[in-house]
Amino acid sequence: MEHMIIGNGVAAIGAVEGIREIDKTSPVTIISAESYRTYGRPLIAHLLSGKIVEADIYYRPDGFYEARGVKLILGEKAERIDVEKKRVVLESGKAVSFGRLLIATGGIPFIPPIKGGEGSGVYTFTTLDDAKDLEELPGKVERVVVIGGGLIGLKAAESLHDRGIKVTVVELADRILSSAFDCEAGEIVEKRLKEVGIEIVLENSVKEIVRAKGRIKAVILNNGERYECGAVVIAIGVIPSKAIVEGTGIMTNRGILTDGNMQTSVPGIYAAGDVAEAPDLLLGQKRVTPIWPNAYLQGRYAGLNMAGAKKPYRGGVAMNSIEFYGIPTVSMGISNPPDEGYVVRTVYEPKRNLYRKIVIKGHRLVGAVLVGQIQRAGVLSGLMTGRTNVESFEDELLNGEFGFASMPPDVRKKILAENR
Amino acid sequence: MKRVYAKEEVCIGCRLCEIACVVEHSESKNVIRAYKTETPRPVAGNVVEERGPLTFSVNCRHCDEPLCVAVCIAGAMVKDEESGVVRHNEEKCVGCWSCVMICPYGVIKMKPAAKKVSKCDLCNGRTMPACVQACPNRAIVYEER
Repeated sequence: MEHMIIGNGVAAIGAVEGIREIDKTSPVTIISAESYRTYGRPLIAHLLSGKIVEADIYYRPDGFYEARGVKLILGEKAERIDVEKKRVVLESGKAVSFGRLLIATGGIPFIPPIKGGEGSGVYTFTTLDDAKDLEELPGKVERVVVIGGGLIGLKAAESLHDRGIKVTVVELADRILSSAFDCEAGEIVEKRLKEVGIEIVLENSVKEIVRAKGRIKAVILNNGERYECGAVVIAIGVIPSKAIVEGTGIMTNRGILTDGNMQTSVPGIYAAGDVAEAPDLLLGQKRVTPIWPNAYLQGRYAGLNMAGAKKPYRGGVAMNSIEFYGIPTVSMGISNPPDEGYVVRTVYEPKRNLYRKIVIKGHRLVGAVLVGQIQRAGVLSGLMTGRTNVESFEDELLNGEFGFASMPPDVRKKILAENR
Repeated sequence: MKRVYAKEEVCIGCRLCEIACVVEHSESKNVIRAYKTETPRPVAGNVVEERGPLTFSVNCRHCDEPLCVAVCIAGAMVKDEESGVVRHNEEKCVGCWSCVMICPYGVIKMKPAAKKVSKCDLCNGRTMPACVQACPNRAIVYEER
């Protein structure tokens, strides 16, 4: 059975490792529009800021693919899937046959129509090539405007700032990191970013990019304010890159739908990572959770099942760990409860850059935000994914020193006796 | 595989396990030099929890499906296929703290100044991990369960 994978993000690595756990011999082929073997995608920020060099960005050691008998077709886009003939047609027109296929095409940046947005000087920040393009800016432009104060936008802002460029972040919401953070957490990080010299404009958006002889000169915001700049980074959001399944009969919603084994509605074709909808452990429904660990695990389970293991993927939880200039942060699960049915507890000490928020529903921990102090955050995520009843130690969860000693003996012993 | 487990009923909280771990992972392998002259001093791979009279060690489980490996954005965390040991390559680590966020046992430690994490390596194939050997009351054991 020939295995084929479209995309070379971390879901593809998970898939290769999953396939090879079961099936040591069948050919595996990876097709990717990107010209690189798998790299740590979030590390593009470290690369741009100069903290690492390109050689450090590659995810698995040299020889990883050769040792596992994986053939790479890089720098060539897969154009379409012929479900009947079980072939993937490449951009060049060449067709490659598969036995089982994994679609792991990830996400693409959402770019809204903006007046003046066509032309040079407008960037996105999700690929190694994007980082290399932005690498051209230091020394050439004085200020960059980043549209979007989410994770990607802020990491782009930080990297460019580290390279000596002045940065203004324009965010539509009333706080940065609005999807994962609440106002308190957003405020601490915002204050820190402002301290180091990054300008942040909230509740506003870019109406127009002003050009002179084709080159970007400024942006004009919705309230009419004008910010001089030499380039713009668009980081509003990422959407599933699912164009390849159009017309194939593979069912989609926001992302590609999968069953419990990461298989799509077409037998033999699987999907994983930022393009796929998979179970969210807390919400009890399937959705796209475009984060690294879920992509790896979905890829791994897709791979195991492509090789015939019949192992269902349990599901994941949205979580992120990000540090901003010495302030570590973690957000997990439902950090902004949608209604009154949740118990929310917080400790907020803005002067010490400390914040801890715990969200509980039905005596289960369903969300947390930690700012400034994140050690042993994993004990909380373990309680969350393990659906542990926390009723008898709810008060303890707010303590920054929370650990197994804070739990009753029966709860503690049960968790510590397990092996994952 | 054999793993390190704690018995809280018999732990006396002496923290000799931590000291043995630091010495085992020091340059000199000498307790006084390791503590007094080596900088940065190695970080113990286990976490000793204490609360009143209750005390016990929590050790890396070297999980069969390690979440720390799945979350690592740098490829620094790897499960050794032969030994089962979950190893951490500090050179590749970028200090993103994702493993700290996800390890359900809370046994991956942050070294904020170095922007690296540190974890148990099961003493790299030592017959008996140093922490287990050093425990005076067999409150941590190394066994197959």
